[in-house]
Amino acid sequence: MNIIEVVNLSKSFKAKKGTITAVKDVSFNVRMGELFGFLGPNGAGKTTTINILCTLLTPTSGKALLNSFDVVTNPNEVRQSIGLVFQEPSLDEKLTARENLEFHAMLYNVPKAVREERIKYMLAMVGLYDRKDDLVNTFSGGMKRRLEIARGFLHHPRVLFLDEPTLGLDPQTRNHIWEYIHQLRKKEEITIFLTTHYMAEAENCDRVAIIDYGEIIAIDSPSDLKKEIGGDVITVIAEDRDKAKKTIEEEYNFSVIENDEGLHFEVENGETFLPKFIKKADFKILSISLRRPTLEDVFLKLTGRRIREESAEANTALKIHARRLMR
Amino acid sequence: MSRNMMGIYTIWLRDVRRFWRDRPRIIGATIQPALFLFLLGTGLGRGIVGAFGNDIRGDYLTFIYPGIIGMSILFTSIFSAISIVWDREIGFLKEVMVAPISRWAVAVGKAFGGSTVAVFQGSLMLIFAPFINVHITPAIVITLIPVIFLIAFSITSIGIVVAARMHSMQGFQIIMNFLVLPMFFLSGAMFPITNLPRWMAILVAINPLTYGVDALRGVILGFSNYSLIANMSIISGFGIAMIIAAMIIFGKVE
Ligand SMILES: Nc1ncnc2c1ncn2[C@@H]1O[C@H](COP(=O)(O)OP(=O)(O)OP(=O)(O)O)[C@@H](O)[C@H]1O
Ligand SMILES: [Mg+2]
Repeated sequence: MNIIEVVNLSKSFKAKKGTITAVKDVSFNVRMGELFGFLGPNGAGKTTTINILCTLLTPTSGKALLNSFDVVTNPNEVRQSIGLVFQEPSLDEKLTARENLEFHAMLYNVPKAVREERIKYMLAMVGLYDRKDDLVNTFSGGMKRRLEIARGFLHHPRVLFLDEPTLGLDPQTRNHIWEYIHQLRKKEEITIFLTTHYMAEAENCDRVAIIDYGEIIAIDSPSDLKKEIGGDVITVIAEDRDKAKKTIEEEYNFSVIENDEGLHFEVENGETFLPKFIKKADFKILSISLRRPTLEDVFLKLTGRRIREESAEANTALKIHARRLMR
Repeated sequence: MSRNMMGIYTIWLRDVRRFWRDRPRIIGATIQPALFLFLLGTGLGRGIVGAFGNDIRGDYLTFIYPGIIGMSILFTSIFSAISIVWDREIGFLKEVMVAPISRWAVAVGKAFGGSTVAVFQGSLMLIFAPFINVHITPAIVITLIPVIFLIAFSITSIGIVVAARMHSMQGFQIIMNFLVLPMFFLSGAMFPITNLPRWMAILVAINPLTYGVDALRGVILGFSNYSLIANMSIISGFGIAMIIAAMIIFGKVE
């Protein structure tokens, strides 16, 4: 069953010069219970799509159903069905952690009888119970993010949107946050809609939509997406490089790419190929490695460009930093 | 409780909580009107009394005292409404806008929040009464609270209408110079509104705060240009129009 159905969705913004079409005629479904990922570079239209699905923006054309409610005609039902962790901070820093959650619980009509318990439970889940009565402006970036995630889960939404939930956080905090998300996911029946430009996060998804310039250019499970690449990437370093290259090319008919790191070639089924290859080799192998293709390879193949996570990350981290300084 | 009622209450509660916690703001908002009252009032009072004759009925400091309370209500209400822009800048407004309550309820919650805070801040001004020989009885306090509430509700609603479409605090200066200060100067807070040049008399007449200040003066000092009923009717009418405008405009905010 589909929890989200999007049909021919478009969104244009009026800009100084003409219009910007941020989302172009996009159609896709998200299945109930899945971890669904939107992978794409800066400005691809990820946040705009989420903003339409969460009723913050009205689409220019097309239709979107969430939990079988239309986002345009039934916004309140849609809002009750979703939780959100926005790309940019959205806490009231002058309130305590508990008060932020209480505010949310009241707005979402969490019954008074269970409100306190639920708030305590969520705070404990993200490891902030001890800090519940501290003002949020005393929290670190990672703690704030965890609090936002707790808030997103608080009212038992059917769908949780996570817009770049770990952007600008260090790898350790990032892993931590994912641990919390996976734990919560086990306990609550929930569909997660994630946007990211970290490959590792996208790899974790059940299905990924690759989005570029407002269009979905591929949508499938990460493993199926990578199958399009044509197998595994094998890297060999041999004592006699020329002999090795000649053997691989002539006996196996693979096209070999040679660079500083060694000889690279693609085979369809790396695991079964490697033992046979090593056994038959009549040259000395110094090292051999097998690498699965990544989603970055897929994006590269489809668009001819890289997603460039570093620059994107630096950019947004800067924006968030500037925002925090302004307070 | 219905969903929107709960939403209004939640938004109100946050504003009151934040206000209560922000002691520097409370102190600042008390000191500023006190400066106007005691320094400006004393300085101007020496010469002005004769010029205004019987219109100020005696002591200038006493005359402007209700006006200064009006100023405190004005500033507090506008400040509360403008916090919407601040919420938008820090991202918190999104949390409110995706909540399953109607947008109009957000505007109403804000209006009640701002009014409550202004009632508190305006009432706090009563601590200055003994210094200027104004006698405040419990009956005056009881009449004063709804009067302050209505004034504050109207002004907060104007503020919400303005703030609904503002995207940065840079616009705050414009609001101060083109809305707040003119409203204050043209309200009769600092001088009697009799015998004004025609253009100014018109501006004074269309300024809702004029009726607010007049009502405050009537309740506190016992003399006013219009009856309390008339003043309150005008302010209420204005307040209702403004809150409806605020609700409509807020419903259309993206
Ligand atoms: N309110 C707006 N007005 C005008 N243009 C906008 C607006 N919001 C987004 N855009 C434009 O729409 C495009 C898509 O933006 P969007 O924020 O959806 O990208 P994104 O995929 O979320 O990028 P990022 O990875 O940087 O978060 C961009 O070109 C952006 O400039
Ligand atoms: Mg984005």
